[in-house]
Amino acid sequence: MTGPGPGPAPAGWRPALSPAVSLRHDRVRDADLLVLPERVVVLRGSAAKILGLCDGDRDLDTIVAELRSRFPGAPVAEDVPAFLDRMRTQGWVR
Amino acid sequence: MTAAPRPWALLAELTHGCPLHCPYCSNPLELVRRARELSTAEWTEVMRQAGELGVVHTHLSGGEPLLRGDLAEIVTAAESAGIYTQLVTSGVGLDGARLTTLTAAGLRSVQLSLQHADPAASDRIAGHRSYAAKERAAALVRAAGLPLGINVVLHRDNLDALDAVIQRGLDWGADRIELANTQFYGWALRNRDVLLPTRDQLDRARDTVQRWRDRLGGATDLVWVVPDYFDGVAKPCMGGWGAVSLTVAPDGTVLPCPAAASLPDLDPPNVRDHSLEWAWDHSGAFNRYRGEEWMREPCRTCSRRAADFGGCRCQAYALTGDAARTDPACALSPDHGVIRALTTGTGRPGGAGDPAPTGGYAYRKPGG
Repeated sequence: MTGPGPGPAPAGWRPALSPAVSLRHDRVRDADLLVLPERVVVLRGSAAKILGLCDGDRDLDTIVAELRSRFPGAPVAEDVPAFLDRMRTQGWVR
Repeated sequence: MTAAPRPWALLAELTHGCPLHCPYCSNPLELVRRARELSTAEWTEVMRQAGELGVVHTHLSGGEPLLRGDLAEIVTAAESAGIYTQLVTSGVGLDGARLTTLTAAGLRSVQLSLQHADPAASDRIAGHRSYAAKERAAALVRAAGLPLGINVVLHRDNLDALDAVIQRGLDWGADRIELANTQFYGWALRNRDVLLPTRDQLDRARDTVQRWRDRLGGATDLVWVVPDYFDGVAKPCMGGWGAVSLTVAPDGTVLPCPAAASLPDLDPPNVRDHSLEWAWDHSGAFNRYRGEEWMREPCRTCSRRAADFGGCRCQAYALTGDAARTDPACALSPDHGVIRALTTGTGRPGGAGDPAPTGGYAYRKPGG
């Protein structure tokens, strides 16, 4: 990479949706959406449930623990931090 | 026939009134007068219906939407309908109190226009002293923590200043800089001779954008809206006719795209007579060029038809007199010579290689 990317997640990171981003449930299409200034992202699977916990108060461990209790047996500990890191790289979560 | 997909976006043209008189404005030559504009209650109802129809995103645009004293109420109506709002503004009229009111009403994002990096040139192109107001507006939007987009319409008069334009957008804290090569509709079509760039200018501009993209590494989004006259490829106009978004004009006319008011026999519906749902699903205007049934050769059997939808209907009409023809921007169009003549020198005042004269614009104004 040549440019100033966001770098690694800070220790004790408390993920929050970027102010540019709005997480919404679309009743017409029965879909979860991230709405941005110039685009709409249709969320699949559990993405909206994860992002819904990114309130700037919960830290990453808390989010993982909550999801683990809601989805026993799912590979939460591996998948959720990786997903949130991708969201952070996109600038949608910070 | 299967039902049309639901629209995602609404372009709400709240007024054609504008303190700026930009010669590249794509608004129609016949601007809607203030007295014929929809009322607050009518826009509130439009937003409610749009939300029910599936719209999740609205650009509050114009003209200059800040001229509407009821803008905050319209923002509230959109937000209540579950619709994300972006204000598309010149920045003129945006002070701290106004922005606070709009943000409290639920405004999510602001897109600010800029005409040039140089204040005097920006004011000259806009036909109004507005640069200082834009600079202030950008600072206010940043201070409010809203995402800021800067939109710069590019043409012969500012393409050579692209480096400085991008730098200015970054100085102002833009998250996104949209470098939009002029699309020739409305006032822009009238001013085409003085706006049309040279191929050399565009080649240099493309290099500039690439250099900045490499340097920025995605930290700021640089969007290049292609100059379709020069690329030999039709743009996928509006993501297809009546496929993704709809426009409501200041007087309530519902259009598949903002330029479609120029099509003489379209007979578009109006929210004063019909619901948005009816306009989208059943009106002749929205069904006329929907899908592929309307296409003729070369589009009908072309492998690109699912990618560019035959290009732009309004451009086909403007350049050939027939909106159902292939967009002449496409090199496969039998009418492509019309565009080639404009971009290769023949039929072009001064020729394409000559130094670009600037100014001489027909400035956009009501009744102009």
